[in-house]
Amino acid sequence: MQTEGKKRIWSEYNKEIADDHYFYVRSCIRQSFFPGSEQFFLKFLRDDLRKDVLENPSHTTCTGIGYHADVVPFSTIMTVIARHYALMKEAGYKNIVISCVTSFGVYTEILETWKHFPEELEKTRDYLRRATGREFDLPLNMAHTSDLIYKFRNEIAEKAKYLLINHKTGKPLNIVEHVGCHYAKIFPKYGVGGAEFPNVLGGMIEAWGGKVIDYPERRHCCGFGFRQYLVQANRGYSLSNTVKKFDSMKPYKPDMVLTNCPGCTMFMDKWQYTIKEMNGTVYGDNGESIPVLTYEELAGLVLGYNPWDLGLQYHMVQSEPLLKKMGIHYDPADKYRTRDGRQMPVPENMINV
Amino acid sequence: MGDYFSMLKQDVRFKEGLKACMNCGVCTAICPAAEFYDYDPRKIVELVQSGNNEEIEGLLKSETIWYCGECMSCKTRCPRGNTPALVVMSLRTLSMKLGFFTESEKGRQQFAIKRTVGENILKYGYCVASYAVSPEMHREQGPIWEYILKNTNDVYERFGGHVDELGEGPLRKIPDNVRQELINIFEVTGGTDLFDTIESHSRKKAEEMGLQFENEGIKNEYFNEVFTANKKKHTH
Repeated sequence: MQTEGKKRIWSEYNKEIADDHYFYVRSCIRQSFFPGSEQFFLKFLRDDLRKDVLENPSHTTCTGIGYHADVVPFSTIMTVIARHYALMKEAGYKNIVISCVTSFGVYTEILETWKHFPEELEKTRDYLRRATGREFDLPLNMAHTSDLIYKFRNEIAEKAKYLLINHKTGKPLNIVEHVGCHYAKIFPKYGVGGAEFPNVLGGMIEAWGGKVIDYPERRHCCGFGFRQYLVQANRGYSLSNTVKKFDSMKPYKPDMVLTNCPGCTMFMDKWQYTIKEMNGTVYGDNGESIPVLTYEELAGLVLGYNPWDLGLQYHMVQSEPLLKKMGIHYDPADKYRTRDGRQMPVPENMINV
Repeated sequence: MGDYFSMLKQDVRFKEGLKACMNCGVCTAICPAAEFYDYDPRKIVELVQSGNNEEIEGLLKSETIWYCGECMSCKTRCPRGNTPALVVMSLRTLSMKLGFFTESEKGRQQFAIKRTVGENILKYGYCVASYAVSPEMHREQGPIWEYILKNTNDVYERFGGHVDELGEGPLRKIPDNVRQELINIFEVTGGTDLFDTIESHSRKKAEEMGLQFENEGIKNEYFNEVFTANKKKHTH
């Protein structure tokens, strides 16, 4: 079969991802809820792949959650992002890597705005100068953190200690991937596979031996909806959208959900707890809930990292059913210990325990 | 009556979001908000496109413009390259600027968002930080969240965290001089003005509703009202 045409078309859905020298910006939500993911990312890139990644402690929130909840004006967020570019310029870096899909969406929106409305770029330069005295350049390359794990997925597969295969049956694990709306729905060209064939997570799953589940509501929003979650009165919106997704994926018996976006990870984990509390519904097999992991947590498991150094114990839905399927040897006694090995209290009423 | 249509056209997101709508309704078909709320983005775009300022004023005072979740799924699917969510975002900005947002139950919630996420930005340098997410306001976070807050230093230290300390890592303290840069950015770019506008109109509305209002914090009747009230029928 001739595949040249297909390869050419697929090349249009790929993005260029820089190979080294990254300026790293953290996520407000991930550093609070999944701090092990960000730590793995930095350790993996710096220690395992010997890449140069700079974290400047003077970077701040991008203000994206405030912007999408409409309490931060567009001019303000453009200038906050411009300040991050200024820090990058001052440190001599040109490639930015962003640890949050909401931020990533905002960065893409702003770059495109500056292209389509050059006067907005000039206005932002003036605002930043007046507010901070700083100057900035546009980035040469912009990646989401998952883009880098995708880029190095085959290197991870080569070093894999565990695969996404049920070690008892030998069959690939069924995995739901959720890329998050703001990764590529706004400006598809910035995402691997664009909006139509987002492959950033699917590529990892396949490289590590798993099977990607295609289900009707695969591209539906997780239900965050910014103000629809932040304000208590609106949370029915958020919860209902999550129910819609889980109802749709349930018949395909997922062994886990792999997420791209900080908010999606949190909601798909925490709403499963809420739904179980509300009406007893669980979405996994054997009366269990479905573990929801970030791409760094999954990459770490594949590479044989200690699950408790990845932070899996701080999800609401515990991951032991997945660890057992993958045949991962783990030490239950190490689960709630401090960095220096001191025993901590054990939390109660967790899911899947 | 103001020329609201011209005001909207000043917003670059409006220019980008509304080219020419042919009313096909694909945006409504894809919209998570339309599924949950009594909401139809197609109708919003149709109404705004008409340029009828009387109807736009109604929209600016309505519940409708606050139903969108800004997932931006409509951006991908519109066959004419419009983005209804960007139109909604510019309507919201104008509604706040003109003080119309307090006319609706959903619009009044902007006060609660300003007092939480909005103020976190200038207070901590983060929109969200663990210590600013209270279990009382977030029961859905479950028992693990209370556990993490009770054992904060031990939990984050294992992942390289320096909670509220200077340096790199998760939940590091944002230095005062950096927060000052954020404050300066807010002042120069209109962020502070928007905060002040939300505050002044909310104070006025609290008086009108006979609810206690405090100049700071979330322990006041008005905050509690706007954060929890669901008195109108918003869903189908």
